[in-house]
Amino acid sequence: MTDALERLVLPRYPRPEDVHPPLDSPEYRSTSLRHPKEPLIAVPQTLSELTGPLLGPGRIGELDHDLTRQHAEEPQGQRIIVYGKVLESGGRPVPDTLIEIWQANAGGRYRHDGDQHPSPLDPHFTGLGRTVTDSEGNYKFITIQPGAYPWGNHPNAWRPAHIHFSLFGTSFTQRLVTQMYFPGDPLFPFDPIFNSVRDPKARERMIASFDLDTTVPDWALAYHWDIVLRGPDETPPDVD
Amino acid sequence: MALIQTPSQTVGPFFAIGLPWSDGPDVVPNDTPGAFWIRGTVYDGAGEPVPDALVETWQADPSGRFDHPIDPRGRVAGFRGFGRSAADAEGRWGVRTVKPGSVPYTDGRAQAPHLVVTLMSRGLLDRVTTRIYFADEEAANATDPVLASVPADRRATLLAQPEGEGGYHIDLRIQGPGETVFFAV
Repeated sequence: MTDALERLVLPRYPRPEDVHPPLDSPEYRSTSLRHPKEPLIAVPQTLSELTGPLLGPGRIGELDHDLTRQHAEEPQGQRIIVYGKVLESGGRPVPDTLIEIWQANAGGRYRHDGDQHPSPLDPHFTGLGRTVTDSEGNYKFITIQPGAYPWGNHPNAWRPAHIHFSLFGTSFTQRLVTQMYFPGDPLFPFDPIFNSVRDPKARERMIASFDLDTTVPDWALAYHWDIVLRGPDETPPDVD
Repeated sequence: MALIQTPSQTVGPFFAIGLPWSDGPDVVPNDTPGAFWIRGTVYDGAGEPVPDALVETWQADPSGRFDHPIDPRGRVAGFRGFGRSAADAEGRWGVRTVKPGSVPYTDGRAQAPHLVVTLMSRGLLDRVTTRIYFADEEAANATDPVLASVPADRRATLLAQPEGEGGYHIDLRIQGPGETVFFAV
């Protein structure tokens, strides 16, 4: 039994405080009927939570990382490179992990039946990207700058331009869906989703930085955005 | 000095552009002997179905092990264990799977067969997580340490009930009467 217990000494991924937005954020109206009212029940992390799907190369196609080359012609809009590293909070890179993105087109319109924003669809833009980080946690997408768009949360509500990101890490505890924003967006002060993250330093973590060194002359601008997932506690718990 | 983590943001109403996969609901290949569906509906606090919800499941194989390098009992290569289902216009989701085996609790005790679940939707700024247990595993459920930590009158929200063709049914209620138990994982 002692041997079995020792072999079950596993990492823990402590829940961060004051990073993620409160589920009850009244400024974002859709949260009102879509947040639990009962308190969350704390459970220890067992193997079910410490493991997680390791989805990699088998799920992506050759052009999935390049949203400008998925149709017969190129999409309208400002061509951009979005790149960075996926890390754990302790600083360790996360290699071989699937990243999925989706976004609006240059005019702020999503290719989705539910988007009725009166801005045209682009026949040459789907807005879907996938890639897998390399052995050092690096990723890179080529896409176009998404537009801002209006939504019905409050009168004259506009979402700042953003790209949706979905990440798995290596543990169920690390699953993250978030949005990447662009620096200096004048809509930041008015957006209840961006501001649902209460800590200004944590909000900054969602904003990419312009990177002149990675721009490609006569071709594309570039933005750098690192993504930090929950990391393991480096000190194993005492089994006694 | 730990890095500040990237905050969660809502999956929003348009994730169907990118997240659904044609094989998303297939935790196991569709010709797997004994495979069955777990199905249900996602409801909001007004009791209305949530059409823009995404349900993801993760589980052990029938021997209780994972295709993951940290499993100290050895890795089960090739068992995907992951399901992803976007709700339809009526809020209905489903994954096709097999019953997982027992996974040890932190002290080595056996847990009852279960799936861990992530639920996301427009209006949820962060994912919420829950578990799915099987109502026909009465003996195992009775000694499960996680179920024991849930108030007795709410445990039923975690139990998938057997239904036709060997499948199971469990609804996810984000808020209101019969609210699903969500865990701080």
